[in-house]
Amino acid sequence: MDYLIHLAILFSIYAMLGITLNVLVGYTGLLSVSHASFFGIGAYGTALLMVDAHWNFFPALMLASIVGGMIAYMIGCVLSRFRDDYYALGSLGLNVIIFSFFLNLQTITRGPLGIPGIVRPNIGSFHFSENSMFLALVLCALALLWMFFHHVTRSSFGMVLRAIREDEDAIQVFGYRTHFFKLAIFVLSAMGASIAGAFFASYISYIDPFSFTVNESVFLLALIILGGLASHTGSVLGALIFVLLPEALRFVGFPQEYAAQMRQLVYGVLLIILVLYRPRGIAGTYTF
Amino acid sequence: MRPSCTLQSAVKTFGGVCAVDNVTLSFPFGMITGIIGPNGSGKSTIVHGMSGVVPFDSGIVHIGGIALPISSPYDAYQRGICRTFQEVRVFEHMTVRENLLLMLAQRTIGGSLCEHTHTTLTKKVDDALSRVGLDGKQHEYAEKLSYGQRKLLEIARILLLDASAVVLFDEPFAGLFKVSIEKVREIILELKDQGKAIVLIEHNMELIRELSDHLVVMDGGIVLAQGIPHEVLSLPRVIEAYIGK
Repeated sequence: MDYLIHLAILFSIYAMLGITLNVLVGYTGLLSVSHASFFGIGAYGTALLMVDAHWNFFPALMLASIVGGMIAYMIGCVLSRFRDDYYALGSLGLNVIIFSFFLNLQTITRGPLGIPGIVRPNIGSFHFSENSMFLALVLCALALLWMFFHHVTRSSFGMVLRAIREDEDAIQVFGYRTHFFKLAIFVLSAMGASIAGAFFASYISYIDPFSFTVNESVFLLALIILGGLASHTGSVLGALIFVLLPEALRFVGFPQEYAAQMRQLVYGVLLIILVLYRPRGIAGTYTF
Repeated sequence: MRPSCTLQSAVKTFGGVCAVDNVTLSFPFGMITGIIGPNGSGKSTIVHGMSGVVPFDSGIVHIGGIALPISSPYDAYQRGICRTFQEVRVFEHMTVRENLLLMLAQRTIGGSLCEHTHTTLTKKVDDALSRVGLDGKQHEYAEKLSYGQRKLLEIARILLLDASAVVLFDEPFAGLFKVSIEKVREIILELKDQGKAIVLIEHNMELIRELSDHLVVMDGGIVLAQGIPHEVLSLPRVIEAYIGK
């Protein structure tokens, strides 16, 4: 049972990351390869505030999310002027830079040693130390994020995002300053990823820079492409498959020394099959 | 003299080619100004420049006597200039209704985040659709529409931009059947009667003759002739440049 709860918690965290990335990549058409950096900012922000400053989890989460949003705002001011490949390259550079900060800013982040001893959340004397309690909390957060981004994408704002994806020049003709919309969704997406990072840090209780590399950003992209672009359901299904698949592959009987590589191979083959035969993913609106 | 929208000393070059060479034109409100000319004469460049899509290298737009620089589509929209595209540019993966609701939605981040489609907006959308003859299509995706229907959807978008003072039509009749041509013709005349300055680029000479109050002939980025349509079209240099010797 504990094992299933563990998987459910990981699934919830990755579903949050999927939903928050999908509003950027799926709905707006901005190929961002920097989501792991905001995941990391949320995780590091929460960890530092809880371990060094002994903050409670909830205010730490909020501040970490705001910091993630502020960093996204500063970088987004430049990034939202770009499109297509340039946007992808710019966001990739951002992930590399932030990873370098995590790795080299040793006085704050402890570099490759990481930050251990991150505790679970508590409200007064009630501690979410039981995994089942933590799962309930993280599921609540996932539900809230889903509802928020559902509202965002159903509003006129969401309609403008989809129009930007389709033809940014054309929508500008009708009086929309698209770089502000791109900036706003980048900030909201980053804040959501930071929240997921906060839960990740608190659950795992130890973080290091290697959880927030470009590889992780690419993994998240694969997750939403598999689940389906511009679909919250798709993001959640993608997370479900990407969390459960490695566990399922344990029972296939790959030799122990090749198991990790074989999983990567299965991911790759899965993506190729998907692109060829179901380019919209499982529940997507757009093809990649 | 009628108040007008004036384009003054517009210049646009692409590489070494001068697409619009120091052009000054006046588009009076409540009148239709037709622009004709061979391919590459600079007609569409004028529309792109005035709508801020491809801004002029130099030149200025005066509306009601006030000089207004246009360096982006947002500037043009703020000045009350709207346009259609020669190649239809509707949002294909959105429904017909959504394509039109975008014309009515809030332009600010906060406003649009708080706004969901209201019944009042839907009513306006339905009216616009019935005027262009697309009623019943509101829930279809724009990609499913025929070329002519997409053209009509573009026209319907213009109908919802009430605040616009200048409307630039870039070949609005191209690819339309006779019934649809009649609908678009009526809409253009209606917009003219509302006091808007209409700029009409069109290759159909019959329609240009019938609709234009003022005609401009362009060739090689310059204004070759302008005036009353039937007089302009009978000038030998216009016949030579546009229709052929």
